[in-house]
Amino acid sequence: MKVGLFIPCYVNQLYPKVGIATLELLEKLGVDVDYPTGQTCCGQPLGNSGYESDSKGSCQLFVENFKNYDYIVCPSGSCVYHVKKHFDILEQTEDVVNVRNNIYELSQFIFQVLGKTNVGASFPYKVGIHKSCHGLRGLRLGSCSERMDAHYSIEESLLKEVKGIQLKTLNRVDECCGFGGTFSIFEEAISVKMGKDRIQDHLSSDVEVITGTDQSCLMHLDGLINRNNQPLKVMHIAEILNSTL
Amino acid sequence: MSHAKEAELFNKDEAKVNWHDQALWFVRNKRDKAAHTVKGWEDLRNLASAIKANVLSNLDDYLVQFEENAQKNGIQVHWAGDAEAHNKIVHDILLQNNVKKVVKSKSMLTEECHLNPYLEAHGIEVIDTDLGERIVQLAKEPPSHIVLPAIHKTKEEVDALFQKHLGTVPSHGDPRYLTNEARKHLRDKFLKADAAITGVNFAVAETGGIVVCTNEGNADMGVHLAKVHIACMGIEKIIPEEKHLGVFLRLLARSATGQPITTYSSHFNKPVQGKEMHIVIVDNGRSEQLSREAFRSSLHCIRCGACMNTCPIYRRSGGHSYKATIPGPIGSILSPGMDLKKHSSLPFASTLCGSCSDVCPVKINIHEQLYQWRQIITKNVKQPVVKRSILKMAGIVLANSKLYGFLGRSSRFMLKHLPKSIVNSKINTWGKARDLPKVENDNFEDWYKKRKS
Ligand code: SF4
Repeated sequence: MKVGLFIPCYVNQLYPKVGIATLELLEKLGVDVDYPTGQTCCGQPLGNSGYESDSKGSCQLFVENFKNYDYIVCPSGSCVYHVKKHFDILEQTEDVVNVRNNIYELSQFIFQVLGKTNVGASFPYKVGIHKSCHGLRGLRLGSCSERMDAHYSIEESLLKEVKGIQLKTLNRVDECCGFGGTFSIFEEAISVKMGKDRIQDHLSSDVEVITGTDQSCLMHLDGLINRNNQPLKVMHIAEILNSTL
Repeated sequence: MSHAKEAELFNKDEAKVNWHDQALWFVRNKRDKAAHTVKGWEDLRNLASAIKANVLSNLDDYLVQFEENAQKNGIQVHWAGDAEAHNKIVHDILLQNNVKKVVKSKSMLTEECHLNPYLEAHGIEVIDTDLGERIVQLAKEPPSHIVLPAIHKTKEEVDALFQKHLGTVPSHGDPRYLTNEARKHLRDKFLKADAAITGVNFAVAETGGIVVCTNEGNADMGVHLAKVHIACMGIEKIIPEEKHLGVFLRLLARSATGQPITTYSSHFNKPVQGKEMHIVIVDNGRSEQLSREAFRSSLHCIRCGACMNTCPIYRRSGGHSYKATIPGPIGSILSPGMDLKKHSSLPFASTLCGSCSDVCPVKINIHEQLYQWRQIITKNVKQPVVKRSILKMAGIVLANSKLYGFLGRSSRFMLKHLPKSIVNSKINTWGKARDLPKVENDNFEDWYKKRKS
């Protein structure tokens, strides 16, 4: 099994430690991982802003970079969702179809493909999960509060096995943080207010570390936390699952 | 003004935003609890969605069937192509019956057609009898929500409004007192009305009858007291058979307010002897929306308002920020079909979180339609130069590994070395309230290459 690691553009540039944790974690789990250099972006920022047709070049490049792997793994649910959902703008060649079928969000890959819940991590802190919308309602990484299905959550299943961790329950379990890509700029007032409200929920729920499967939401929350000097830390789920504290 | 600007204004008063958010979240919560009590809720949603899809693909036949059956029952049926035709038809009926005073129960369609100002301009008094509707009517505002029209008003604001218009005494917003006063005021209007206008929640093709859901019984009260009943409906209100009400009534009440059943589900199947009953069937852009395949299912909507209650943006920007008859997520996919330019900011007033689609009792893929409208809007409505050029440029950069590598490196360099005062300055919208990430020495790719060698 050959796995291609997709590190989203902003994670590559701004959060290398999340990429490193993802790679190390997968290697620890015995996966043969390769990072194809020259990768850029899945095109999501363009598509979500209404410029899907301008993103064809980057989507095509994405397929070129990843077509030869059995699986593609990425530490960001929204990028994975974009490839699965919106690569219909490309001609559906065998390569495109394969890439769309074989791409997984990191925790989803560990849970569904490797069939593991305990990754041998330890992390003795009080943790609140931010369930990013594209992972939750797009990839269905868990049940969402709107639907009346039986409860499940891939993130919870993995994190529960982490030694020493205390998972905290929020008041609003899966409300959006307000990042939303270019929404965070063009609807700045609401974006900020939504982020502040999410953070407050974590604070009121006695959380020390907010985690999630999408670094973009976490970047938005982190920006607010730092600006307001709030007693919270933000870590990607890969960093916790790779932790041996 | 764009939605973003309106939202920014609304957010100037954070305490009010919190109050508005919590009031609607309360309704969303109540809905969750009510939905949990129904075994097979998700099956019910699937069924409702399938029934609506069937209706829309056979709409012409169902409408004709409905008309025939309604006429058999002695109801007069009228067809209106657009809002103007609708208003004229209603006005003509009122003229023929020499009507001067009208009571109206809740109807988003008549809001959409701006019926009230039209009739008032022709010297007819129109009184909205739903309490929330009456409140916004007195305040000379449009409804801010389709089920809770005055949800943006605090009880203290209602108190002041009633003092001014109904002559009440100050009560610190005592809801019991205020409701009682409203009831007295409305009772008088009911008794004096010559005609009653209602909306339609469901029009049953099989029987030619209509169903109107209210919590206050104001539709019944109006219809039973007046000699003329005019019911106004959009063409999409049809359901095929009476038994389908069992699906929709269960979903509607729970989705709207978390009630197991709406207090009054009033069935109107024929006029009472000696009285008149009219139904006006209105298109007003609906058949055009029907022709747009990607947006067709927006016509499934049963106007429960759940997508508004769940929407994190609606809750924090208020219904008026949408500047459309139907606000919130569903409004944002319906309105661009009516006037693309005027409503072009609405599909962007979303993070595409998808909560609306999952809450919707008739399973409209609202957030996917928002995405689709965005693609159409950037091609057809002039976009801000900065936004357009940055995103077009990004398309070129992201399709080219080398260019991307170079630009990524230089922007990281700038982020790292520019003073914080510039990075977080006014020109940088991100930095108004948020810090930018701290930049590390290497990007991931550099680290990976070093590690490999
Ligand atoms: S779109 Fe769905 S949730 Fe929103 S008002 Fe219509 S039926 Fe209700």
